[in-house]
Amino acid sequence: MKDKNELILAIETSCDETAAAVVQGGTKLLSNVVATQMDIHQKFGGVVPEVASRHHIEQITVVMEQALTEADVTMEDIDAVAVTEGPGLVGALLVGVNAAKALAYAHGKPVIGVHHIAGHIYANRLEQEFEFPLMSLVVSGGHTELIYMEEHGEYEIIGETRDDAAGEAYDKVAKALSLPYPGGPQIDRLAQEGKDTYNFPRSYLEEGSYDFSFSGLKTAVINKLHHLRQKGEEIDVENVATSFQESVIDVLVDKTYEAAMDYGVKQLIVAGGVSANKTLRARMDQRFADTDVELAIPPLYLCTDNAAMIGAAASVEYHRQNYASLNLNANPGLMM
Amino acid sequence: MYKFKTINETETQRLAKQIGEKLLPNDVVTLDGDLGAGKTTFAKGLAEGLAVKRTVNSPTFTIVKEYKGRMPLYHMDVYRLEDSEEDIGFDDYFNAEGVTVIEWSQFISEFLPEERLQINIEKIDEDQREVTLTPHTNHFNELCKEIK
Repeated sequence: MKDKNELILAIETSCDETAAAVVQGGTKLLSNVVATQMDIHQKFGGVVPEVASRHHIEQITVVMEQALTEADVTMEDIDAVAVTEGPGLVGALLVGVNAAKALAYAHGKPVIGVHHIAGHIYANRLEQEFEFPLMSLVVSGGHTELIYMEEHGEYEIIGETRDDAAGEAYDKVAKALSLPYPGGPQIDRLAQEGKDTYNFPRSYLEEGSYDFSFSGLKTAVINKLHHLRQKGEEIDVENVATSFQESVIDVLVDKTYEAAMDYGVKQLIVAGGVSANKTLRARMDQRFADTDVELAIPPLYLCTDNAAMIGAAASVEYHRQNYASLNLNANPGLMM
Repeated sequence: MYKFKTINETETQRLAKQIGEKLLPNDVVTLDGDLGAGKTTFAKGLAEGLAVKRTVNSPTFTIVKEYKGRMPLYHMDVYRLEDSEEDIGFDDYFNAEGVTVIEWSQFISEFLPEERLQINIEKIDEDQREVTLTPHTNHFNELCKEIK
């Protein structure tokens, strides 16, 4: 029987945050260190993969040491090393995977490979226990997925985007409006000031489908801006932001609600970077208020990329002794 | 150069599917056009022609997504590599016995192989597209001749 209070050192480098954390028993956060590259990538208007990898290399050992120090533990106390193996940028993932393998090998500890999205879902377990069956809406720059879970470690994707992720649509629309990167928080802020006047399309796809599509909406916004500029008409940026955001959130909330009801879940988890969006949080709250479904949205610091969530997801695999071999490799297109 | 005019998304996808059906291992296809021209839609058609079952969606975030079909499909969007001169191991993909489809290929022009099929999509209006095929080898020229 494995110790229920195992200590896991977790590492996450799939995109632009270099992160390490120590998690106890999958639910208790002992330390959570995140070195962000946000200000660097802001200059480029997006994540530059080559720059991201270089910064991960510079930061990784410092971040890991800090995570151990803040948790007041040494490698001797650690039971396993967990790392995000995918999906993500290959050069960025490789830094974390190799650091994890080297550290685990040197100290004779097992390595656990974690799917980044499983991490986003499990971020919530650091705040409140899961109630199965549950539904999770994972919504970020690279993902928009509805995932059904009957028990720990079992993931069934019942819906996903057919084109752009919601966060990607935010970034692209923000770029078309000449707003700084990352676009999500900017649009959410402007949207608080505007009205839904442009009536952009809401794509629900065919009846009964839990899939998403945001590419048509993105194109509609870009076309609208193009036409207004051509005619020399003024663009009300706040109203564009509100109209766009309303279209995205209506679809996200409606589809998630439908899926949660159809599957009769006890809990709904909203996860991923876009779950930091204020309007999305408020609207989900409203929609689920009169239902028996418990709504769980992790606090902001656990919504964006971090290693604590990787440690939480790894705990389940630790108890199944689902260890990776030292052949573990970065897998940019990893399936769930 | 071969030009095709399509009147709606379904027809554009059908054209792409025909091309996908004729592709061979190690073929490289570049797919260019403005934001909203329908590059990902076209890629879906190519994937269908390659008998890919899974949903093909935007690879922008991770730059490359891999799919299983009658041979592997490597779907790349190198938009974010603009100005970076980074080689993420392109040759490894080009020679991995699969088909590589690259969106925004101008950003990695120095890494592109001579032998490739260049596809440009131009938006005529909301639904209509002009698709231009430029074959850079005889194999692709033969392929283009068979497209209806």
